[in-house]
Parts: sequence; structure tokens; C-alpha cells
Amino acid sequence: MKILVCISQVPDTTAKIAFSDNNTTFNTQGVTFIINPYDEWYALVRALELKESGPATAVHLVTVGKADAEPVIRKALALGGDEAIRIDADSNDPYSIAANIADYAKAHNYDLVLCGKESIDYNNGSVGAMVAELLDMNFLGFASKIDVAGTTVTVKREIDGGEETDACELPLVISCQKGVAEARIPNMRGIMAARTKPLTVVAGAAVAAVSSITGYEMPPAKSGVKMISADNMDELVKLLHSEAKVI
Amino acid sequence: MIVVLVEHSQGVFKKKSLEAVLYAAHIAKEMGTDITAVAMGNVPDSEMQTLGAYGAQKVLHTTDARLDNFNSKAYAKVVVAAAQKENAKVIIGLHDTTGKAVMPRVAARLQAGLVAGAVGYPDLSKGFTVKKNVFSGKAFAFVNVTSDTKVISLMPNTFPVVKGEGSATVEQMEAGLSDADFSVKVLEVSKASGSVPLSEAELVVSGGRGLKGPENWYVLEALAQELGAATACSRPVADAHWRPHGEHVGQTGGTIRPNLYIAVGISGAIQHLAGVNGSKTIVVINKDPEAPFFKAADYGVLGDAMEIVPKLTEAVKKFKAGQN
Ligand SMILES: Cc1cc2nc3c(=O)[nH]c(=O)nc-3n(C[C@H](O)[C@H](O)[C@H](O)COP(=O)(O)OP(=O)(O)OC[C@H]3O[C@@H](n4cnc5c(N)ncnc54)[C@H](O)[C@@H]3O)c2cc1C
Repeated sequence: MKILVCISQVPDTTAKIAFSDNNTTFNTQGVTFIINPYDEWYALVRALELKESGPATAVHLVTVGKADAEPVIRKALALGGDEAIRIDADSNDPYSIAANIADYAKAHNYDLVLCGKESIDYNNGSVGAMVAELLDMNFLGFASKIDVAGTTVTVKREIDGGEETDACELPLVISCQKGVAEARIPNMRGIMAARTKPLTVVAGAAVAAVSSITGYEMPPAKSGVKMISADNMDELVKLLHSEAKVI
Repeated sequence: MIVVLVEHSQGVFKKKSLEAVLYAAHIAKEMGTDITAVAMGNVPDSEMQTLGAYGAQKVLHTTDARLDNFNSKAYAKVVVAAAQKENAKVIIGLHDTTGKAVMPRVAARLQAGLVAGAVGYPDLSKGFTVKKNVFSGKAFAFVNVTSDTKVISLMPNTFPVVKGEGSATVEQMEAGLSDADFSVKVLEVSKASGSVPLSEAELVVSGGRGLKGPENWYVLEALAQELGAATACSRPVADAHWRPHGEHVGQTGGTIRPNLYIAVGISGAIQHLAGVNGSKTIVVINKDPEAPFFKAADYGVLGDAMEIVPKLTEAVKKFKAGQN
């Protein structure tokens, strides 16, 4: 079983979010980029576990991005994985990102494609399902547990208002969240090994973006907190009812 | 035409789907067109009229019993069939666990641009530009969809849900589903019964490490019960197994946008705020006046959670009694 893990680079969770060029461009100045936590902690680590325990024969990492994404994919290789592919394209249109990944995956016959449930920058959470559609595969979203026996994958996942356990034959696309695996910290050996692991750059597929971000806006600042005495919870309830109108 | 995917629970349409129909109705009016809702599985015809009251002119109903279990491949196929039948220019679903799996498939199939998690109506004066959350609620982006067909998944609990008047015609639709569309075998389904799922809850009571241990959660549960609220928690609380993983909210957990979020003993780290700052009203109870959460709050109470929360519960009880 060959696994392809989709990796995206995102601003560090504590990064200051600011925009330039009249609020049309995300200002990356001083921003540290990290591997999207869902991709790293859950999708990648579970892929590595599946290789360590047997079912997987190869774990490849793929990212769609420009050369500035390479440090992050090297970081991912430090955790493990045999090789990485960077598809040379610059887009924040989920469809063109998915089409690029699907194109590559189709040409290289992966049995299992794993991704995080969403990336913490654009919060679309759509690439995995799009890849599945483009490859005509099943998609199981929001997995919290993934087991593989032979060609059958058992997945526990979140559904609307509950949980479901499914069995599905490979090939398959799964999006991962909490529960799938425990985050790992790369060790020195991994970091050294990552430097020499193959990182192949392939040209982006000829797909036109069908959406683009034309501007950004910061949420309105809170007008300031109203402090209420701990001895006056009746007042708080009154405010929640008559001022905030939420109860 | 606008096509909108609606979800139901045991034959009753979900409130968030009625919100999606209203959202579609607003857009349809602006575009001078009509709405067709797409319903799947076992829903009585009488319930279909609910969709009419929220603005749908027509319902396409695919009754295939295999659709009673959620399956993104089959659901997407039905939505695409409806969109093609109706020659839809805009296709709307929800940004929930169902919609997040179905709408991207629909978009990919039709090579259509997707706005995932819309929080505003499309601005037609600027092409087709829709506001959505980005950076886990720290900012908004305006996404312009340039394809001929547009797909939107609407963030639930964005717009008020007010019933109007109207009726819908109901038509059965054959979507050409085959066994290959149902190759996922469902082994077990467990639906949270009774309580409101966190992602849909309008009121949420949430606890952090400041509660000291799972044995103290009863104070939050009592408050939640009195309010009819769902419970949530910070990440360290879920990590320590004080509370189930499903309750973890924040940048790496669930994103919620209830009307009221009561944060008890939570410091308000940026990663936590990312998941909850879309809440309409935030109440923070914390014993540290310097806790960053106060800066993001509408109302704050300074002091020990174990003393304040029971008092608040009592006050809610009193208020409710006074209302009746
Ligand atoms: C990559 C990354 C992702 C993360 N994702 C998330 C996420 O999704 N969600 C999340 O929540 N965190 C997340 N975190 C962790 C986050 O940074 C914080 O560590 C965490 O939110 C703190 O949880 P807490 O507020 O419960 O605990 P603490 O920070 O320990 O705060 C406890 C609070 O309780 C107060 N308190 C103590 N005793 C009492 C009392 N008796 N009465 C009232 N108040 C009291 C204290 O004053 C303090 O403010 C993430 C971190 C990283 C690095």
C-alpha cells in the first residue's frame, strides 16, 4: 500500500495576522510557517505508523506551492516519510490545488491519500474531498481512527450529530483529525536524514483557478468588556437577556 | 436557478438547513431566480412544505433508502444531478460535516469555484464575491468565484432563521445511483441523542484547566442544563481526558459560533480564541484579572469558578421561573 500525505504550510498559530497592499495581501513579514497541524499531527504520523507496523510500503508527502514551501516539507520529512513532491504552483483556490494533487496521485497509483481535516489558514477543508471526486474514490472525512487490514480500511469518523465506523476497500481518501494519532517530535536522526531524502519538484498541471481572494478584513474589535460583580449574577443574566439578547 | 442541499434528522429538516434555504432565497431574489431544494432519503411529503415556508419553490426528492446513511460520493452525485436538471448557476450547502464532504465533490465535478464557510451574501456588484472566515476566525477573506457555476457552503448559525410563507412543489428525482456509489460499508452509527451537538448549539458553556479536574465539571453541567446549552472545553482539558475529544474547541479542535459562549477557567490563548471568537456574545469567568480572555469578552466576572458558576446557575433558574 502506497500512501500519499498532503501537506500544507500555514502561519504559526501565534502569528500576527496582518494585511498589506490595501488589505489584498496577507503580510508574511515576520511570520514563521509551520506544517498545518492536522496534516502533521494526524495524517502524517498515522501514515508513518502504518509503515512501521506493516501495511504501508511507502509514504510520500506532497505539497502544492512555490520554493518557499520547501523548508516546511523538509520539516515534515524529518518526522518520516520516504520522499516528498512539491508541485510547483501558487494558488489559494482549492480546486486548482486539488486538481494538481489528483493529477499527480493518478499518475503514481497511490492506494491511500491522507490529509488533515482543514488547513488553519484558509479553513476551506475542501481539498481532500475534491481529490476524491477527481480520482473517483470514496472519501471519509473527519476520521478519528484509521486501521488497515489487507486492502480493507476501517475508519471511525465524525458525521453530523454523531460518529460512524465504516469499512472501505482501497483506494480511498481520508481527512484526519484528533484521535487518529499522537503528535511526534522529530529526533536528530530524522532531521539529518531529511536533508538527503528526495524532494522532487514537478510542474503544476494546466488548471485554471476558479476562485481568488480579492481582499481581507479584520473582525470588528470588541467594544470592551463589561465587568460584573461576582455577587451580582442576576445582573449578568439580565444583561444577557435584555442587552445581548442571547437568552 | 439556485439549488440548495437540505439535511434532515429522521425526516425533520435541520434548522441550519432552513437557514441555508433562507440564504438561498435572499440570493435568488437578488438574481431574479428561483430555488430548488434537494432532499434525500426518508422524508414525509408534509415536511417538504416546511421548505416552501422558508422560500423554496420546488423540492427534488431522491428517496433511495441507501441514502439514509451519509455517503459523500452518492450525495454529491444527487446534488450534481439536481444542479444539471435545474441548470443551476449557484449551488448551496452547509459548512458542516456533511457539507464539507459533499460540496467540494460537487464543485470538483462541475469544475466550479467553491466558497467554503461563507458568512455573507454574495456581492454581485463585484462579480460574485463572498465573505468567509480565514485564519481560524482571526480575519475574513472575500472570495471571488469566477467559474460560471458557483458553489457555496454556508457557515451554520450565520443568519437568523425566520419562518415565512410559501409552498413548494415536490418532484421525485432519479439520480442514477449505482451500487458502486455505496461501496462504503457502514459498520456502526452512534448519534448523540437528546443533547444538542456542539457545532449547532446556540448556547455553549466551556471549561478550561482552571476547573482543576473532571470532578468539578458538575458545576458547568448544571449551568449548561439550566440554560439548555452544550458543553465544550479547552485543549489541555481534552488532552488530559477530563472531557471527551469532541468537546475540544479552538484552532486544532472544533470551530463554533454560538450566540453565547461562557468560558470558565480558560485563559484565552490565541489558539483557543481562534475557535470561538465568532461567538456573538462571550462571557468570561476567571480568577485572574490579567487573563487574556477578558480582552475578547463582552462580559467578565472575576473570581473563583466554583463559587461563581453555581450562583449564575441559580440566577438563570430564577430568571426562567420569572419568565413563566
Ligand atoms: C499549535 C497549537 C495548537 C493549539 N490548539 C488549541 C486549541 O485548539 N484549543 C485550545 O483550547 N488550546 C489550543 N492550544 C493550547 C493553548 O495555547 C493553551 O495552552 C490552552 O488553550 C490553555 O488552556 P486553558 O485555558 O484551559 O488552561 P490555562 O492556560 O492553564 O488557563 C487556565 C485559566 O484558568 C484560570 N483559573 C484557574 N483557577 C481558576 C478558578 N478557580 N476559577 C476561575 N478561573 C481559574 C486561570 O487564571 C487561567 O486563566 C494550542 C497550542 C498550540 C501550540
